[in-house]
Amino acid sequence: MPEVTFTVDGKKLRAPAGTLLIDACRKAGIEIPAFCYYPGLSLQAACRMCVVRQEKVPKLQTACTTTVAEGQVFITESPEIAQARKATIQLLLGNHPLDCPVCDAGGECELQDMTFKYGAGESLYAEAKHHRDEQQWSPAVFYDRPRCILCYRCVRMCGEGMDVWALGVSGRGADSLIVPNQPNQLDCEQCGMCIDVCPVGALTSGSYRYKTRPWEMTHVSTVCTHCADGCTVTLGVRQTSDGSEIVRADNRDKNGINGDFLCAKGRFGFDFVESPDRLRQPLVRSNGRLEPASWEHAIRLAASKLKEIRDTRGGAAIGVIGSNRTTNEENYLLQKFARTVLHTNNIDHERSTDYAALARALAGQSGKTASLRDIASACAILLIGGNPTDEHPLLAWLLRTNVRLNRARLYIANAKPIKLTRQAKDALKIKSGDYNDLPASLDAGRSAFAKAIRAEGSLLVIFGEEMRGEAVEKLVAWGVKRGNVRFACLGDHSNSRGAADMGLLPDLLPGYVPVAAPGAFSEYPNLPATPGKSLPQMIEAAGKGELGALLVVGADPVATRKLDPTLFNSTFLVVQDLFLTETAALADVVFPAASLYEKSGTVTNTFGDLQLLRKGADRAGVKPDFEILVRLAGGIIDDIKTLVPFGQRGVTGDLGQSRGAQAGEADRHAIWLEANGLEPKLSPFDPLAILDEIERLVPGYPLDRINLFAGNDVHTKLSSPGYVPVAELAGSGLIAPAHDTLFTSGRLGRWSEALKQLAQHQAKELVETAAD
Amino acid sequence: MPRLVSHPDEVKIVSRRFGMGATSIDRYLELGGYEPVKKCLAQGPEWIIEEIKASGLRGRGGAGFSTGMKWSFVPKQSAKPKYILVNGDESEPGTCKDHLIFLHDPHAVIEGTIIAGLAVGAKMGFIYLRGEYRYLLEIMERAVADAYERGFLGSKIFGSEAEFQIVTQTGAGAYEVGEESALMESLEGKRGIPRIKPPFPAVVGLYGGPTVINNAETIATVPHIIAMGAAAYAALGTPRNGGTRLFCISGHVERPGVYELPLGYNLKKMIYEVAGGIPDGHKLKAVVPGGSSTPVLLPEEIDIGMDFDQVGKAGSMLGSGGVVVIDDHTCMVEFALRIISFYAHESCGWCIPCREGTDWLKKSLTRFHAGFGSLSDIDNIQYLAENMLGRTFCPLGDAAAMPTIAFVKKFRKEFEDHLNGKPCPYAREGVPQLTVV
Repeated sequence: MPEVTFTVDGKKLRAPAGTLLIDACRKAGIEIPAFCYYPGLSLQAACRMCVVRQEKVPKLQTACTTTVAEGQVFITESPEIAQARKATIQLLLGNHPLDCPVCDAGGECELQDMTFKYGAGESLYAEAKHHRDEQQWSPAVFYDRPRCILCYRCVRMCGEGMDVWALGVSGRGADSLIVPNQPNQLDCEQCGMCIDVCPVGALTSGSYRYKTRPWEMTHVSTVCTHCADGCTVTLGVRQTSDGSEIVRADNRDKNGINGDFLCAKGRFGFDFVESPDRLRQPLVRSNGRLEPASWEHAIRLAASKLKEIRDTRGGAAIGVIGSNRTTNEENYLLQKFARTVLHTNNIDHERSTDYAALARALAGQSGKTASLRDIASACAILLIGGNPTDEHPLLAWLLRTNVRLNRARLYIANAKPIKLTRQAKDALKIKSGDYNDLPASLDAGRSAFAKAIRAEGSLLVIFGEEMRGEAVEKLVAWGVKRGNVRFACLGDHSNSRGAADMGLLPDLLPGYVPVAAPGAFSEYPNLPATPGKSLPQMIEAAGKGELGALLVVGADPVATRKLDPTLFNSTFLVVQDLFLTETAALADVVFPAASLYEKSGTVTNTFGDLQLLRKGADRAGVKPDFEILVRLAGGIIDDIKTLVPFGQRGVTGDLGQSRGAQAGEADRHAIWLEANGLEPKLSPFDPLAILDEIERLVPGYPLDRINLFAGNDVHTKLSSPGYVPVAELAGSGLIAPAHDTLFTSGRLGRWSEALKQLAQHQAKELVETAAD
Repeated sequence: MPRLVSHPDEVKIVSRRFGMGATSIDRYLELGGYEPVKKCLAQGPEWIIEEIKASGLRGRGGAGFSTGMKWSFVPKQSAKPKYILVNGDESEPGTCKDHLIFLHDPHAVIEGTIIAGLAVGAKMGFIYLRGEYRYLLEIMERAVADAYERGFLGSKIFGSEAEFQIVTQTGAGAYEVGEESALMESLEGKRGIPRIKPPFPAVVGLYGGPTVINNAETIATVPHIIAMGAAAYAALGTPRNGGTRLFCISGHVERPGVYELPLGYNLKKMIYEVAGGIPDGHKLKAVVPGGSSTPVLLPEEIDIGMDFDQVGKAGSMLGSGGVVVIDDHTCMVEFALRIISFYAHESCGWCIPCREGTDWLKKSLTRFHAGFGSLSDIDNIQYLAENMLGRTFCPLGDAAAMPTIAFVKKFRKEFEDHLNGKPCPYAREGVPQLTVV
């Protein structure tokens, strides 16, 4: 659209013709109030708050439906307009309960803000207000009907945004009500988006309501710990006697990779952090039972035993299993710890997809991976396998939104019918679940689907665990030959990608560098040159009594692989975890670990977008895995600096964030040290101390620190040097996807009461629907 | 069946066949029916539109927009089908004209719809009847079935190459659906809520296709204009206000009923001569000239011609032609309450000023009329109505606000007479008081 010039409040503005006046004004910093207008949702013109005066037009016009054209003149603030807005607020307040002192939204309420701005202090009415009792629609959503101002944001968000259509309007006139389309309950995905967009306190969260006041919380933006999409989630944190607790999680700031979106897990599934089952002190097995012990004792015991086994039986007798939910820094440290401290390549993690195959297949290519942001704007997308609606709610949201707002063309190749097919331009049913022949059939096929794919200029290909090893290689070769194709690979957990990228693999170092040809990693002391054992091989070795020690960080192989509990009878088992998992219950030493919400660091989502974690909650007794590892290493090696290069120059690049300086503020202590010729020091327990080394050694991780520390996502480059053909990788048979639903989250979801309740509610709904 | 009234001053055009058994297709044909549509088939679309423009016909629903102009806005070429939509959702209190047309002359509606279709190139028409007119649906459906049987509707109408289909539909009892875009929503099976304009229905209307929406009386007038010629029809009214219209005179008059009079006919004469004046020796207190949403006129304001322009100049609107006559035994506060109760009941609830405004006006007036008002309430009622006016999503808010403002301004003394806990001073023994639903 050509740009046009128009005048707002005497200022000349420019915007593409046809832009909504309210959007054009907001972009120019002119705020026009609105309740019903919500960017990206259909227009309502119902609240009449955005009225403005347009020259030569007799009536006030709504800015949310007025499109700009050349030469128009608008006034957005004048006594006439202020009076119109004030009158509208007066009408709303007439029936509003004004229970602001106890309302969840008090302090975060758009109706309060508007009343404050336009004033509507005097009450004109003597009659009784409408009162209706509050309703509970689901474990997650409550509806306080009198507070509702009928802006219909929730109805549209649920329908247009989520494609769930669980909400509607009943009655008319002053009896109009928002109602679930099922009688008095929500049969939906429980995403809580309706609560998020509600401008007042009509829709409230089951887990947060009446807990605290917004201004009593500190609001910390960090990355969600559940699926692999990496949504920004804002934690509302409140001080307690033993640290600080998370009171709520929401998408308050809407400034993350997820824009407006947050799913049920991100919004309600944080409560595992507050579970009474959390481990709060180390446990040490004595006389066959796990007993509480001091950190010093537990560390000394574990370190000395690991050192003893290494020195007597060699590193090959020790295994390490890492986590899909620990930070990149912790994962990097863990593999470095395994390789340089324990002298072993026996390191693996629970793999949910074949990132290594994609990295290898793309060797020598650049710019072939798609970030999550690319999905929001791609013209054509081919989705192979998976069910993003359940497993990747943000991806599903972006696909829907891109189709809805930009008319993107979505093609789906899947063995099962999935909900996103409703947005698809075309869908291909993969017969017998075999995805391997897909590239060939797209090339040669005569189906309308294959023809449409061939006709697309550019294509973004998203695939999940259904494609592994050579299938990935074929798909990539097809895409590279075709040209103009970018890829994304779907894994399961918040840092599944980071675990693979950081080399929690027996045959690959960080950045998918083969252990046989370590390149820059040659500087690692004691790096074993041959690939180690994979996770199943380590278990097998333990069964044969060949594994002297096993260190498990944030994983529960005993539960996920349904292992015989006697398997580790002759293995010294050390576990770092949040809970006494089935694996931890068998351990000799258990360390209580901090969750992802209780530490800082970085994580990489499944699309390769690197994001910064900010420490939200705090809990007495637990320690981040990073610190636990450094302390273990301290008991095994003499010079800890060979593991964590703390105190060296260059690490000041973290802008002081790690030492408590406020965002955007210079680290004055570091400046003072610098000015006085003193060396700035970092603690060895500061995970950011290792960031420089990651940047220096790991291919594809050149860190744009300014962006990263500003809270933005930074797309990493998957650029394996490509020494080994995909066929020789150990990986593809080892993949065990979690297939999470909307309310499960690998092994972690079990500890969230909120998610359990939502799953039960949904099960009940299903039974009732079936009975109908 | 309602009693038909008559007066020598009447010029019967639309009502010509009332009471003559024209629901029968044979009788309708005997009375010259379906000749105009044949003429239109022969003359072609441009001629029809020019003829309707020249007749000065203005929409009979209330807004009074030129029908010929409206038809000419429909794009000639359209990827989506075009539609004719007949608005028979006659719900404005004081208005009862369309129901007589459906009752006595359903084929005129069908014929007018076909002509509109020929004019704009539509092949499909919908006749939408008010939900409460369900009893008229049978008549209308019989007429449509007869027209199909004779080949007047269908794929080759009157043996020509032209196609035209008609579907009838009733509402579910919502005044709001009389607003043209809410009517389309309702017809599409959705909640009866108006649409954002633009786009206007002539460009994007029913099911996204260009749509002409005309009042039932407007459509029923069309065949008559074709039959008698545009010039002859236009000559019946005043300049820019062609022809006649059905005036529905109700309230405190000797002979209430629907009279067809030329546009521009004197209102005073209409009340005192055509309708026989005020009964029981009472005096005139006020007149609502064009349905409940039009501002009330005082006795000294009624010596005017009843056309769109003259009533507008008097500070009110010709509206839907519903003339409500109020005598001096009526409490104007109660009358205002009665009207606002209707709008509060009928507000769709979509936008804040109308949803909340009508509700608070109703509540305040109820209390006020019961004698529990204070002086500031009078100003508040006016303030509320003035702040609804022009601020609502659709004209329903204006329809509630305009008469309320007029009542307070013109009858402020009657409001003041209700103060200090006094019972309504206008309540008279033997005079039935309007009750609030």
